[in-house]
Amino acid sequence: MNLLKKLKQSLTKTRENLAGRLENLFAGKRGLDEEFFEELEEILLTADVGVATTLELVEGLRQRARKENIGDPASLSSLLQEEVVKLMEHEAAGLQLAPSPPTVILVVGVNGTGKTTTTGKLAYRFRQKGSRVILAAADTFRAAAAEQLAVWARRAGAELISHQPGADPGAVVFDALQAARSRRADVVLVDTAGRLQTKTNLMEELKKIRRVIGREHAGAPHEVLLVLDATTGQNALSQARLFHDAVEVTGIVLTKLDGTAKGGVVLAIAHELKIPVKLVGLGEGVEDLEEFRPREFALALFGG
Amino acid sequence: MTAEGKGVVGVLFSSLAEKLQNTLRKLKGKGKLTEADVNEALREIRLALLEADVNFKVVKDFLGRVKERAVGLEVQQSLTPGQQVVKIVYEELTALMGGGENKIKWTGQPPTVIMLVGLQGAGKTTTAAKVALYCQKQGRRPLLVAADVYRPAAVRQLQVLGEQLKLPVFSPEKEENPVGIVRLALDEARRLGHDPVIVDTAGRLHINEEMMSELGAMKEAARPHEILLVLDAMTGQDAVRVAEAFHRELGLTGVILTKLDGDTRGGAALSVRAVTGCPIKFIGVGERPEALEAFHPDRIASRILGMGDVQTIIEKAQAAIDREEALELQRKLRQQDFTLEDFLRQLKQVQKVGPLEEILGLLPGVGPWKQLKGVQVDPKELVHIEAIIQSMTPEERRNPGIINASRKRRIAAGSGTKVQDVNRLLRQFEEARRLMQHLGDLAGGKKGKIKVKFPPG
Repeated sequence: MNLLKKLKQSLTKTRENLAGRLENLFAGKRGLDEEFFEELEEILLTADVGVATTLELVEGLRQRARKENIGDPASLSSLLQEEVVKLMEHEAAGLQLAPSPPTVILVVGVNGTGKTTTTGKLAYRFRQKGSRVILAAADTFRAAAAEQLAVWARRAGAELISHQPGADPGAVVFDALQAARSRRADVVLVDTAGRLQTKTNLMEELKKIRRVIGREHAGAPHEVLLVLDATTGQNALSQARLFHDAVEVTGIVLTKLDGTAKGGVVLAIAHELKIPVKLVGLGEGVEDLEEFRPREFALALFGG
Repeated sequence: MTAEGKGVVGVLFSSLAEKLQNTLRKLKGKGKLTEADVNEALREIRLALLEADVNFKVVKDFLGRVKERAVGLEVQQSLTPGQQVVKIVYEELTALMGGGENKIKWTGQPPTVIMLVGLQGAGKTTTAAKVALYCQKQGRRPLLVAADVYRPAAVRQLQVLGEQLKLPVFSPEKEENPVGIVRLALDEARRLGHDPVIVDTAGRLHINEEMMSELGAMKEAARPHEILLVLDAMTGQDAVRVAEAFHRELGLTGVILTKLDGDTRGGAALSVRAVTGCPIKFIGVGERPEALEAFHPDRIASRILGMGDVQTIIEKAQAAIDREEALELQRKLRQQDFTLEDFLRQLKQVQKVGPLEEILGLLPGVGPWKQLKGVQVDPKELVHIEAIIQSMTPEERRNPGIINASRKRRIAAGSGTKVQDVNRLLRQFEEARRLMQHLGDLAGGKKGKIKVKFPPG
């Protein structure tokens, strides 16, 4: 199934709320008056697009309509999509692989966004391509986090490196990289403990993990993926900003997009921080992880 | 154990509070309000609330009510029109969040059954353990029930938490149906005299009909007295729809907001009660098992408006510090003789009460004190700090000004640390003391100021 179809399917309920409302708006008979733009603004705000990005998008459309003498709402629909795609499109959206293995991917984020699940799904993806995968259970804090990752390792057919609860996550990562070297693994996926981005001590711990990776394998980590819950509101911006400051996030994984969640906040992130979305999570199954394609996302979300 | 970084209410709603304060400060000084003034203020409040993730519709209604009352404002002798608007916004904010405090409703025929429901990743399992600990501290005998049979290792997670907190966890090996688990758990609770029974359920999407009807069946079997929605405070505009969906299916009795210890502006809190009518009963404010607090809407509203939260700090202090110590600290705040010994005692209370900055954040007028990072303490570091302070002479502890380079070297050698560590500690202490003096100015002497004090700047 292609992403567009899957997204559309899982976003049906959302479409009733978002794309559906946009459709109604763009199909409206009245002209492009103040009320039209106010309603557009309202629809975007309720999709978590955020105040700044919404105001800019709407203002841009308003000006283009005036400049290009567009009078009917329907023609604005494709303009909006175009703007959204423009916001979302970044170069090199695919996952970066190491020139010489192993590729090391560090998975970070606040509590409860789905880091462990995403790590498990990623492992499965790489396994499907025939890669040898090692999972590093660097979440030594949350109760039973390593056990949870162990279940995923079995499902995906990956190897697991884990220590005792409360152990130093840096040591887990060190061991995982040693193991990767001796077992000639292609990919090392590092699952870290959830942490709120404002907790300085925990962010320092994350920096240390990153340093250990870099020291053990030059050029690594090749990806630092921030896992973001699509139901999150404007706090996602703070998450992206502070995690980026700490460990240089290279991409975002947008999870739980199968809810009515709209993930509109990724527009705000793309707009303000220019961090590309690389993957989207669409369910709890091992295969429910897809590469992110901005155009399809824009189409699925904003009509078409 | 990890340190709880940021303070609780210290950060809670703080950005929202700042924005509203800026807006309202402009109004406060005014003798006369034009309609343009009101509109300008309302526009800024609208943006601030939206950026804080308050639901769009809630914002609309809220502003409508404020404006209606503000425009028809009769001039009162005691208040300026600006102050009156502040009062209206405060009252409406409090009303929006649902009036007084809301406690757990205990049944006359135990056990009281509490069911926790919510989306994936909201923090149900962690919260279940926190609620159990909370009840145990009130002298009850809780039983935790592991009914999340879907997420890998979720049962194990609850078991581990139970072991850590010495709380019983019910997780039958042979039963894999959540409804069956709940039935068995109730039998067990009656047999052993447990009360309450706290049921941790699997996370699910509110639009997944099959999973939602499973909750319905569990409700049927458990006849819970409380069905609490566990909701991530960082949730965006969808928070309201999620709450509505769970409410429609199950008839929620309340909400627990989690992860309020970050920098989320907490707009979900404002919205959920307004739309569903369900009170927010608890807030999760950290990863420590004790980090669960009752939700006080009126206090949060005054916090948003910068009136400080004096009542909460007093309660918090009483929970962990004994009365005398509290009085002593209060006296010291007034007299401004806060010594390194007090600082150490203060730091040691971190585990009991929560970080210093958390306490400070509750006091009025501390809003501008943002550079608190120096006061943040890792419990592991506490050992070093204690060693350093204990390597000082009594004189040095009372009067750190006399600590020169050679004294620093001696202290470092005595405590097995480096001179840099000693320097850092002294800096942190200085910062804490400056803060204390600032607070002393507010808390002592200048009575009546607390109520109307807005942070300077």
